[in-house]
Amino acid sequence: MPDAPGLELIRGEIDQRRPGAVVDTSFDNERAVLVVDPAHLLAVLGWLRDSPGQEYAFLSSLHAADYLPAEPRFAVHYELLNRDRVERIRVKALLADPGDEALPEIDSCVDLFPTAEFQEREAFDFFGIVFHGHPDLTRILMPEDYVGWPQRRDFPVGGEPVTFTYNERRYG
Amino acid sequence: MRERGLRARDMLRGDLEGEELERYVEEKVVMTRFEEMLNWARSNSIFPLTFGLACCAIEAPISIVTARYDLARFGAEALRASPRQADMIILSGRVSIKMAPVVRRLYDQMLEPKWAISMGACSSSGGMFSNYAVVQGADKFMPIDLHIPGCPPRPEAVLYGFTKLQRKIQGNPDQGWRARYKAEGTEEWARGGPRSEPSPEAVEAYERARELIRRA
Repeated sequence: MPDAPGLELIRGEIDQRRPGAVVDTSFDNERAVLVVDPAHLLAVLGWLRDSPGQEYAFLSSLHAADYLPAEPRFAVHYELLNRDRVERIRVKALLADPGDEALPEIDSCVDLFPTAEFQEREAFDFFGIVFHGHPDLTRILMPEDYVGWPQRRDFPVGGEPVTFTYNERRYG
Repeated sequence: MRERGLRARDMLRGDLEGEELERYVEEKVVMTRFEEMLNWARSNSIFPLTFGLACCAIEAPISIVTARYDLARFGAEALRASPRQADMIILSGRVSIKMAPVVRRLYDQMLEPKWAISMGACSSSGGMFSNYAVVQGADKFMPIDLHIPGCPPRPEAVLYGFTKLQRKIQGNPDQGWRARYKAEGTEEWARGGPRSEPSPEAVEAYERARELIRRA
């Protein structure tokens, strides 16, 4: 795990190569986070994976999040791991909601990390985030004909009205 | 036989004569209808499908065949891996909307006569999973003969439900709470069923309950 100064060193190196790629950093709960511009995401991930001294070669998890009502609303998290040093770093790409039922879009990192294929499909399935360059971006857990993005925060909790009306009568 | 000089009539009769023989025959022979005998045989030789959906599968198809609970006592120890050889399916767990067509297909592949037990809160009503992914009750997409409550039910509860199912197969279904509360006749049939009118006692009890609620 890079400590807080180490995280700033990484940021400095990325800033030298790609100015503006890193939007922000944070270091909470021993967890280093690089917030990156989605346009430079692949460059940052590739640099973290390949450059000597970094070599975060393993994508241990890729997941999306919905921060409604915050803006930008969506985020894709990439949990990178260096297995020799057992160091982790999180890369976070914030995505604005395009509105009008359009879907937020980001580049796919399947070419860098083949394991991302299923995980990007999961993020697409639950949050409706489109990954450009993904070989087969279809639903993975929900049925293929499902309508909607069920893990978004504005998706109704679902289920059915419960026929027991005791609580309604009592608490309104 | 011939060597010992015994005739068939002697063998059948034994030592008994006259009225004693009549009584002996009455005690030893059971008269029944063929259908009832068939149902009795069916209920005691059920082949369950080897099938588990979720955590209830630990209790139902796994625990109840072990030596401690031993479903073989009820004649259902032969678990079948193919729905085409099975008589009974136990829905042991929540059914997601993606799994529902698969479960329905398994049920359709089973040969008649067939029975289905919905085990646990999840497959009976959706349980705690009132969300986008889980079917709220398996009887929305297939007929269910018996619901076993619990989360999960104890293996004893599954065995109890199984004996209930046996009685149902034998044409003598338990009415359970309906018998206790004198509510026979309040069963809801699909449409134009034979007994769609509730009994007067049930109507009276219902009205009493409504009155209590109004007063509260």
